[in-house]
Amino acid sequence: MILFTVVGSFWLEVALKVKVLKRYKQAFTAILPVSLIFIAWDAYAIHSGHWRFDREQVLGIFGPFGIPLEEYLFFIVVPFAALMTIEAVRAVKKNWKVYP
Amino acid sequence: MTYTQLAVSAVLIVVSIDLFVLKTQLLKRKLFWTSYAIIIGFQLLTNWWLTSRNIVMYDPNTIIGIRIASAPVEDLLFGFALVLGVMLNWIRLDASHKPR
Repeated sequence: MILFTVVGSFWLEVALKVKVLKRYKQAFTAILPVSLIFIAWDAYAIHSGHWRFDREQVLGIFGPFGIPLEEYLFFIVVPFAALMTIEAVRAVKKNWKVYP
Repeated sequence: MTYTQLAVSAVLIVVSIDLFVLKTQLLKRKLFWTSYAIIIGFQLLTNWWLTSRNIVMYDPNTIIGIRIASAPVEDLLFGFALVLGVMLNWIRLDASHKPR
């Protein structure tokens, strides 16, 4: 699923020249504070039993707080995909207002 | 707190940040809603995959019980908060990079 997200969005970097990967510093600066909060949420949710992962269907590599590796990748890949999507729409609809 | 309470809180917090704290006002832009429309389609697809195959399982006591494409409706709130949070941070950094 993570690969699906990568394949589904990262082509925009080339096709529409969204330059999200090129601006990786800005991307990480935008993503990290948000992702860290969501990882904390994930840790709390796993700890409280809100959700759990089938051990047979994950790679079996767990990071801090018992969070599967795939989940950590999710919080990097999905935000990148989101940024590429908004930049792709921006590239196609150049006259649409962006800033307040 | 239940997943439902956390998900609703997360949306309220991110919406307030967009409208009142950082005033990025993305929620007032066609740019955001068009991007989100694209993203939610893919989210429903990946949600369906991850939940219908029981890769991720939820404690019925922490969700309201409404499911869309096999996944708890709370997941959509989770995704909305994550996507809006990352995008508004990106646009904020973008605006500070280029003088207008």
